[in-house]
Amino acid sequence: MHRLWRTVRLGLGNLLLHPLRSTLTVLGIFCGVASVIVMLAFGEGTSYTAQQRIRALGSTNVIVRSQKPPESARAGAGRSFVIDYGLTYLDADRIRESFPTARVLVPIREIVEDVRFEERRAKGTVVGTVPWFLEVANQKVGVGRFLTAVEMERQGNSCVIGPRIAADLFPYQDPIGRTVKVRSLYFRVVGVMAEGGEREIEGVRIAGGENAVYIPVTTARSWFGETLVKIGSGSREMERVELHELDVQVASLEDVLPTKRAIEEMLRRTHPRGDWIVKAPLNLLQAAEQTKREFNRLLGSVAAVSLLVGGIGIMNIMLASVTERTREIGIRRALGARRRDITLQFLVECVVLAATGGFLGTLVGVGGPILYEALTKTILIVTPWSVGMALGISVLVGIVFGLYPAQRAARMDPIEALRHE
Amino acid sequence: MPRPIVEFRGVTRAYSMAGETVYALRDVSFTVEEGDFFAVTGASGSGKSTLLNVLGCLDRPSGGTYHLGGRDVSRLSDDELSGIRAKEIGFVFQSFNLLPQLSVLDNIEVPLFYQGIPPEEARARSRELASRVGLGDRLGHRPAQLSGGQQQRVAIARALVNEPLILLADEPTGNLDSASGAEVLRIFDELNRAERTILLVTHDETVAAHANKRLVLGDGRVLRLEEGIRA
Repeated sequence: MHRLWRTVRLGLGNLLLHPLRSTLTVLGIFCGVASVIVMLAFGEGTSYTAQQRIRALGSTNVIVRSQKPPESARAGAGRSFVIDYGLTYLDADRIRESFPTARVLVPIREIVEDVRFEERRAKGTVVGTVPWFLEVANQKVGVGRFLTAVEMERQGNSCVIGPRIAADLFPYQDPIGRTVKVRSLYFRVVGVMAEGGEREIEGVRIAGGENAVYIPVTTARSWFGETLVKIGSGSREMERVELHELDVQVASLEDVLPTKRAIEEMLRRTHPRGDWIVKAPLNLLQAAEQTKREFNRLLGSVAAVSLLVGGIGIMNIMLASVTERTREIGIRRALGARRRDITLQFLVECVVLAATGGFLGTLVGVGGPILYEALTKTILIVTPWSVGMALGISVLVGIVFGLYPAQRAARMDPIEALRHE
Repeated sequence: MPRPIVEFRGVTRAYSMAGETVYALRDVSFTVEEGDFFAVTGASGSGKSTLLNVLGCLDRPSGGTYHLGGRDVSRLSDDELSGIRAKEIGFVFQSFNLLPQLSVLDNIEVPLFYQGIPPEEARARSRELASRVGLGDRLGHRPAQLSGGQQQRVAIARALVNEPLILLADEPTGNLDSASGAEVLRIFDELNRAERTILLVTHDETVAAHANKRLVLGDGRVLRLEEGIRA
């Protein structure tokens, strides 16, 4: 054991004889290891953030949304007519009856309207929904409370506002208990939602978000009606939509995709115009996991290449060193060094170089993300296995790329080596 | 009856060069006994270097046998020969062959390291030998900071540190000025008086005159063996 330790010390001494050369060699491995750890941390962090966002959409949800049927897009200019499309309460009943695994069903109506408070106004989306929307959509109330069953039953005029609406309308006041105005209707604010970002799946925006104004769905239906008027340039377009969205929550993850397919099948029969779209956050999660796998594969090859380059650097410097130290090898052999003593001596130098690079790379690879996270609030996750792997691989690189030069040194004929100038 | 240290019996060393067999040593037989100061001389190309390589277990004979300290070492494996070199042989080279990056003390220690001697003991022995060759005050110096004569004295200390059966010296004074050379030879004489067995290869008559036995090589053969030449 003391022999190995002394070989390590000897190796360190030899490496310090050429500080610049050793530093440059270490740099190769250092860059490889640091970049592997940092990139893995980015990958993990990004995937974690994505998964959090997708989970917030509800991984057991199937979301059915109304969309304007494709053929109605060509609305005649200057004419006014009513486009009637989308999901109905009948669809909601059908889904409830046909899918026993669907635990919860959330009907949603959306009306885009200005929301006013005294002199202020904000662009909002009135979302008529049910009290259990909160749970199904994984939303959180920041201040106050969400809508109640009683309010829904009585078509109450309470509302819960999104955080951006709250910020726009009530920069100085506490919004709770105040009354906001939508069209000519007044709603009392009972709660403000927590920040949660925009909600969308594969480019389709879904209900909820920073500027939503939640009111009971019953209130929305009886006070706002089902016809929305959009005034475009020279045209007056009216849309009649009963429900904009139906959130179906199933009992388990396994039920998500079959339920989604069955709902699509049903809607294809009952709504042949294609005025609907079905999305599942689970698909996103799967896509995110797929992306992560691909990213890791890409990263793996980048890491392999950078460590290969580092390894070649070590091999290069060691081959030069072996040639330079031919005479030393001869002397040591004459003084009783066995072949394996010479192999070990050079191998130890390679491993010391590689491990130093690996260690410094780990320091930067772990410290860098912490600093970056503190400065930018991006989430980076340094996984312990990535550190272990990077260190292990750097030592392995030292051994693999050092073995050939070391054996070349050991195989030298001591007599020839002694004669070497 | 002094114990034989080196016994060469019909030793041959042949190389094949471009398909032809070239003999560097042919049927060489001689004995070095304990306490001998043995000189090998001969013109260049006479086989002195090959003989020294075989003696030093850096090379193996192609034919014949070589016993070192009573043990047949002519058919040993590479690792076994390394072991013999570490324990039984002390080398002194013409060009000193110290390791430039190591201090005087570390240089002297090298053979002990390969023998697996614990560091404390190795340190103590190296110190003692350094002071015996008069370099006790230069333990931390690098070889480049020493004169040629001092370097050769370090090399002698290194060759003796493992208490070898025989000290092999290859033109030990060849790279030295006459004063340093005389000092090295004085050390050799002193060692020999203390019953140390020494074999040196030289073409310098005045150096060879220090020996009590002399082997003259020519064209790989023993031309003559002179004994009792020293008064």
